[in-house]
This record gives sequence, structure tokens and C-alpha cells, in this order.
Amino acid sequence: MVPLSYYLLLSGFLFACGVVGFLIKRNIITIFMSIELMLNGVNLSFVAFAAHWHALAGQVFVFFVMVVAAAEAAVGLAIIISVYRTRETLNVDQVNLLKL
Amino acid sequence: MNFHLILFLAFGAVCVGGAVNLLAQRHPINSALSLIAVMAALAGEYLLLGAEFVAAVQVIVYAGAIMVLFVFVIMLLNAGEEEETKGSRVAILFGVPGMLIASVLMAWVVLRHSGTEAVAIGALPGNPTDLAQLLFHDFLLPFEVTSVLILIAIMGAVVLASKPDSTAGKVE
Repeated sequence: MVPLSYYLLLSGFLFACGVVGFLIKRNIITIFMSIELMLNGVNLSFVAFAAHWHALAGQVFVFFVMVVAAAEAAVGLAIIISVYRTRETLNVDQVNLLKL
Repeated sequence: MNFHLILFLAFGAVCVGGAVNLLAQRHPINSALSLIAVMAALAGEYLLLGAEFVAAVQVIVYAGAIMVLFVFVIMLLNAGEEEETKGSRVAILFGVPGMLIASVLMAWVVLRHSGTEAVAIGALPGNPTDLAQLLFHDFLLPFEVTSVLILIAIMGAVVLASKPDSTAGKVE
């Protein structure tokens, strides 16, 4: 038997790693992967709470989060390709104009 | 120390190691591979929580589809090692202590306010039949709305990723 708080600690750690990756990374693709890591941490807490309170709706919400993550990945990677085509760089420090 | 806890700790160790490795690696392809390890280990955690269908979808959609997309873009753009800049040093200076403070704060709140009741394996009916009943009956409207979201995402990705001059030619 594993206490609920262990799952929440793991979930919080994954989310914190995602936040720090978002802050310290300079490659735009790695920053994007950190966002996926944050979404995964939240998914774990959804499933843990669903098991704890015997509410299956928590698992359904994980599916919605996954759908949004997939849509976000498709659009975000398209934006990255578009930025790379005009700027020739993936470093976010050199992408400082909103104009494409 | 029972078998359930040992499995949780094993999968959790892979999760933590992969997440830290994602931050430590400088090449994006290494970060992507460690993220795949994190997602596969999370599928194991979902199995421990009785969510077998979520575990399967996690492997298929996240570790399969989304990460293949990431690796594909890394290969396509020929992404190299990220270089150290002034901005990244400042970010490390503030980001790492910030993460430590946030982690300690979260751990304190979780350990203080959530009970230590155990999550029993197999206590929850997480099989696909019950899940489908909920998804296609109680959550039918959100399910249909997500189809619109995916349609918009497809169109947005096609428009953004197509070459600028090729779209201009179609418009004229």
C-alpha cells in the first residue's frame, strides 16, 4: 500500500522539474518538452486522486489533458519550424521579435 | 515494505532520474529520450493506481505519438547543443533555488494536509468499459468539443508549417 502523499510528492517534483527546465533551458524544443513534463506531473495527480476518492471522472480528465497536449504539440512544433525557417536559430535569446 | 511500495519506488526512481537528466543534458535529443523514459515509468505508476487504460493510452499517445513528433522535429531542424549565454546563467541563478523552494513548500503542504491512507491496488474499477460509459455518456459534450479543438489544431499546424511563399501563391 502506497500513501496518496507519495504520489502527490512525485507529481509535484515532476512539475517543479518542468518549471525549472522552462526557466533555465535556452533551446526552444527543450523548453517545449519541459511543458510536456509539467502536464505529465499534473496527470499523475489526477489519476492518484481518482484512485483515492474512487471517482473515475479523474481518469477521464487525463484523456482531455492528453488531447490538449497533442494539439499543443502539433501547433507548437509547427510554430518552431516556422520560426527556424525565418531566424535560422533555436535559441530563445535570439528570438526577440514577435514578427515572423 | 511490500511489493506495491517497491514497484512504486522503482518507477518513481526512473521518473525522478529521467526528469533530472532532462535538465542536465545539453543536447535536445538526449532530453527527448529521457522524457520518453519518464513517460514510460509514469505508465507503470498508472498501472499501480489501477488505471490500466490510461496507462495504455499514455504509452501510445504520449511516449509514442507526441515524442515521435518531437524527435522528428529535432532531426528535421538538425538541432545541436545549446550554447551557454548570459540569459541562461541568470536563469540558472534564479531558477534552481526557486525550484528548490517550491519543491520543499509543496512537500511540506502535501505531507501536512493529506492523510496517509493507502491507495489500494485494484480497488477502483478502471477498466475500459466503465471508462467508456463515463466518457461517451456523462462527458459526451466535452468529448465532442475536443474534436473541434483537434480540427483547429490540424488546420493551424498545416498553415504554420507550410512554406510562406506556397501559401501566398494559393491565396492569390
